[in-house]
Amino acid sequence: MPPLLEVKALHTEFRTGAGLVRAVDGVSYTVEHGETVAIVGESGSGKSVGALSILRLIPDPPGRITSGEILFEGRDLRGLSEADMRAMRGRDIGMVFQEPMTSLNPVLTIGRQITETLERHQGADRGAAEKRALELLSMVGISDPRRRLRQYPHQLSGGMRQRVMIAVALACNPRLIIADEPTTALDVTIQAQILELLKSLTRRLNVAQIIITHNLGVVARYASRVNVMYAGRIVEAGTADAIYHDPRHPYTVALLRSVPRLDQPRRARLDPVDGQPPDLTRLDAGCAFRARCRFAVERCARDRPTLERAGESGHLAACFRAAELLVGQGAPA
Amino acid sequence: MNGVPPQPPLLEVRGLAMHFPVSEGVLFSRRIGAVKAVDGVDFSIERGETLGLVGESGCGKTTTGRCILRLEKPTAGEVLFDGRDIGRMEREELTALRRRMQVIFQDPYSSLNPRMKVGDIIAEPIKVHSVQPNARRRRERVRELLAVCGLDPKFADRYPHEMSGGQRQRVGIARALALDPEFIVCDEAVSALDVSIQAQVVNLLEDLRGRFGLTYLFIAHDLSVVRHLCQRVAVMYLGRIVEMAASDELFDNPLHPYTQALLSAVPVPDPRIEARREFRPPKGEVPSPINPPSGCVFHPRCPIAVESCQDRRPALRELRPGHWVACSEVSCHPEPQARDLSMNAKDPSLRSG
Repeated sequence: MPPLLEVKALHTEFRTGAGLVRAVDGVSYTVEHGETVAIVGESGSGKSVGALSILRLIPDPPGRITSGEILFEGRDLRGLSEADMRAMRGRDIGMVFQEPMTSLNPVLTIGRQITETLERHQGADRGAAEKRALELLSMVGISDPRRRLRQYPHQLSGGMRQRVMIAVALACNPRLIIADEPTTALDVTIQAQILELLKSLTRRLNVAQIIITHNLGVVARYASRVNVMYAGRIVEAGTADAIYHDPRHPYTVALLRSVPRLDQPRRARLDPVDGQPPDLTRLDAGCAFRARCRFAVERCARDRPTLERAGESGHLAACFRAAELLVGQGAPA
Repeated sequence: MNGVPPQPPLLEVRGLAMHFPVSEGVLFSRRIGAVKAVDGVDFSIERGETLGLVGESGCGKTTTGRCILRLEKPTAGEVLFDGRDIGRMEREELTALRRRMQVIFQDPYSSLNPRMKVGDIIAEPIKVHSVQPNARRRRERVRELLAVCGLDPKFADRYPHEMSGGQRQRVGIARALALDPEFIVCDEAVSALDVSIQAQVVNLLEDLRGRFGLTYLFIAHDLSVVRHLCQRVAVMYLGRIVEMAASDELFDNPLHPYTQALLSAVPVPDPRIEARREFRPPKGEVPSPINPPSGCVFHPRCPIAVESCQDRRPALRELRPGHWVACSEVSCHPEPQARDLSMNAKDPSLRSG
């Protein structure tokens, strides 16, 4: 069986006033049925643009997918007509975005947002759709769903709205959910509730998930596999265990070291990643991380490293010195 | 607590309350209630100390900071700075006081004027307070402040949009330092920054505290950053402080059920630990501050609430040395809990409200 989703050498560019930005610069990965893959990165790393590219939701102009393949169940989504693509979104691939207030329609009732999806994608009649909407609302843990169906998004709290988003995303039994910073706007206890809900539902319904986030704790808790992105590329990819316990890219290592952790004794000082994020309009042929890298050598300015097997588990890292990097032993010689 | 301090704390907040009126109607609007954003808060901050104020949105932590800065006029209570009640100060005295207390905001995008050059942004407080009338000296001071905050002095001629988020936040810090303040309110000062940049700014804030003898009120929702940066921490819920203790004590031995829930909700960046943790997030959501629950405001979500919690508002009690808890049900554990976070996970999850 082919993987559920296979992204191959995806390139997405934006034309900006400052120049051409290769927001996604040759990204390849797979998502298997039912698994949760995290895409981790900071602002400008291309993690969101990459996900929107899968759904072909890149505003054109200024953005454009310039090359690559997006195979969903073996079919290249780039070749679909706009109508076929629209049919696919929300039916085969559900979406949960960061800010539910802007992704829900403010003038439609909660019930209507769900029934509309069901009517459009499954040709359900009004009665059946409402029945299913009730079912979905109780499934996502909304109390008194009958009353909530008649309410509007502004009458709900942020956490409740995100639950509605999840109900909409799951309405048509999709095989994949793309969750882009699903809890970033929420408080920590609500964040935990929403993530636990997503986890239990995707597990129960065997839905695969792509979680896009900058939160390393969320990734550790919810993802089985992780892609770390920097400046439009995946710089390290592997199981969550390999990424956290045997990281081989200096950026991953630095990122993990820079966060204060509640489970460890307090450190005298934090160990930040030096320097500033790169200017994406001014990338050269070398490694985009080298200006901030403690291990950079001359070669890093000439060539850009590609993903190669590294580490004990043989996961992937894009660094010439990946083999020398051993966490806990400090800098390589 | 080590005895009576030789001088008053730099900042003392007593019975602070801020109730925002809620009105109905446009033409003949009438008051129908109040948002009790802050509802009786007491704490003090010693010189050179960093006090963390944590809680979820709507708990009143930002409003508390604004009342201290006198950006809001509190409806009740006192704020004493260096022993003087700022609510009774005349205009002139208050202006002089504003030089001594400054603020760093969350969003370096909206708190810096996009039409002003960085140098002018930093020089503005110096000009407004007529500290340095000489323009050349002012420029020198700006360059010095930029350098102190880890920025190249040539940034003075740039505009905020030409800088990254981390650099902009450094500009915000430089502006806060321009008048040599003693006290700075950091309101979610590192929350909007990327992970790799956040640690840089946290370290900078720590360096500045040591170098200039600063005192911070650090308002934030990120518990791991608060633990790292603060000597003492106060946890707020619905306008009240529910727990306050030295940072290590609070995080090693949280006593209030809300603090325990908050801590158990934070995922740790380690999949092996997370796999072991039995993770049950608290149920229910924070009730509206317009109509907060009676008695203990946390009782509808509390796993250990008893009937009397609905009637009595618990006062802060000192259950361990320097460790204050506003809960009538919790008692002092004979032995502190182990640091292992999996222990926290055994706490019963909170009931739905």
